[in-house]
Amino acid sequence: MAKPRAMPRVIIVGAGPAGVRAAEALVQAGLRPVVVDEGRRDGGQIYRRQPESFRRPYAALYGSEAGRAEALHRSFEALRDRIDYRPETLAWGLWENELQVLSGARVEALRFDRLIIASGATDRLMPLPGWHRAGVFSLGAAQIALKAQAAAIGRRVVFLGTGPLLYLVAAQYLKAGAGVAAVLDTAPFQLRLKALPRLLARPAVLAKGLALVARLRRAGVALHSGVTPLEIAGDPESGAAAVTVRSRAGETLTTPCDAVALGYHLRPETQLADLARCAFRFDAETRQWLPVIDRDGRSSVETVYLAGDGARLLGADGAEAAGRLAALALLADTGHAGFDAEMARLRRRLQQMDRFRRGLAAAFPWPAAAAQTLPDETVVCRCETITAGTLRSAARELGACELNRSKALTRVGMGRCQGRYCGHAAAEIVAAAAGVPLEQVGRLRGQAPVKPLPIEATAEAAA
Amino acid sequence: MTGRFVRLDETDRPQLAFSIDGHPVNALEGDSLLVAMLTQTGRLRRSEFGDGARAGFCLMGACQDCWVWTETGERLRACTTPVARGLRIIT
Repeated sequence: MAKPRAMPRVIIVGAGPAGVRAAEALVQAGLRPVVVDEGRRDGGQIYRRQPESFRRPYAALYGSEAGRAEALHRSFEALRDRIDYRPETLAWGLWENELQVLSGARVEALRFDRLIIASGATDRLMPLPGWHRAGVFSLGAAQIALKAQAAAIGRRVVFLGTGPLLYLVAAQYLKAGAGVAAVLDTAPFQLRLKALPRLLARPAVLAKGLALVARLRRAGVALHSGVTPLEIAGDPESGAAAVTVRSRAGETLTTPCDAVALGYHLRPETQLADLARCAFRFDAETRQWLPVIDRDGRSSVETVYLAGDGARLLGADGAEAAGRLAALALLADTGHAGFDAEMARLRRRLQQMDRFRRGLAAAFPWPAAAAQTLPDETVVCRCETITAGTLRSAARELGACELNRSKALTRVGMGRCQGRYCGHAAAEIVAAAAGVPLEQVGRLRGQAPVKPLPIEATAEAAA
Repeated sequence: MTGRFVRLDETDRPQLAFSIDGHPVNALEGDSLLVAMLTQTGRLRRSEFGDGARAGFCLMGACQDCWVWTETGERLRACTTPVARGLRIIT
């Protein structure tokens, strides 16, 4: 194999499944990448590691995925001496070929020739009245409390939303001995049957999913599909006390609880791709904007590659394959050769996983129509308690029919979470109020810093 | 109010003392500040927008709902900050 002229300086953002497998491929080719990760330990969110002093075995933490989780952690441990690993480091900005990072109160600019962004995803949320109350958490949060801290978010937990994570986390709570009050799914059951041909692209994953539902049913957990969420009732001081939905049959169903785990699949973390000026496209199937990538993970910007759930929601093993493929593409683009056969194999795997992903999206759809029926007083932005009514009147009376215009007039997306948890719902509400297609409303532009910085750090950055 | 979170396992870790609103409480070594607080009480802070108590939301450093302050005015993101002996938190 011809030796390339110079080794490119590569930064990988994220040490989850995609970032770890990307780093591994680069190390195998003789590179020493910088791996920047916000977590204290590697593994990302899905294979998040418990603190060193905890003792639960892999099987208790990761269930059927224990083998994959352990393999990923071991692979990363083997890489530690051969990469420049920066844990507890936030990549908060990006200008040209410099990634801006923050570690403690220290800011630094890291130069790169090539950048692999494996930034992962967060829960995708649709508001309902009362979701701002204490005791309401994202589904991901409910899982993190259990996995990383061996705690449940409450004594009687209602799981509300849709998607595979809804059943997975409920089953994990049940197994760990937590109180599961109900699992309330907005997706009607028939959609699962319709999506079956595509879900059969990964029969083993489908079988695991069905087993989770069966386990919940056997334990006598109330399972309802096709519900319409109405309210999380409670008190401003003590928080959530009951979840009310309308059942498929039209009855009002109230489940007392002291905690709610809420989520509708995931949304990718795309702020860094946005700051890198990567092109985005509207994905009509899932009703969201996604960064454009080619089949190997190249973005529209020559030096930037995107992998894992931050670009396409293919789950943990999809992220492992996508991370490795993006790194191989980077190597091929920088004069390394000999990866054609493996790249072809990875592409085929990802194609199959994408078919399954589309099956899941069809079986458990984002409840877009809820944006039309949410009462005006529903808080959409939890950060600053901006309501659906405010967004609607800004659209109708002030002409704020584009999302960044709405942000300028109402402050939606301007709070501490920077639109991560309100952005998708706000877009739906504005589109419905303005009577325009969702894609016409656009998307919130990513802004640096992508997360709040301490004031000492900004002073240092400016100096 | 009693704690919001329930410990299910890993309860034989050493205890460490800190305080919430001047009340001495115990956490377990390895707790995040969020878990240390929510196993003792129902909230982390009060919303500045007048809608009541808040207890965090995402637990992964993305939503910033779990910011708490120390008695000396330092701001901590409770879900990503390990609890430490002697911390004095106000809600």
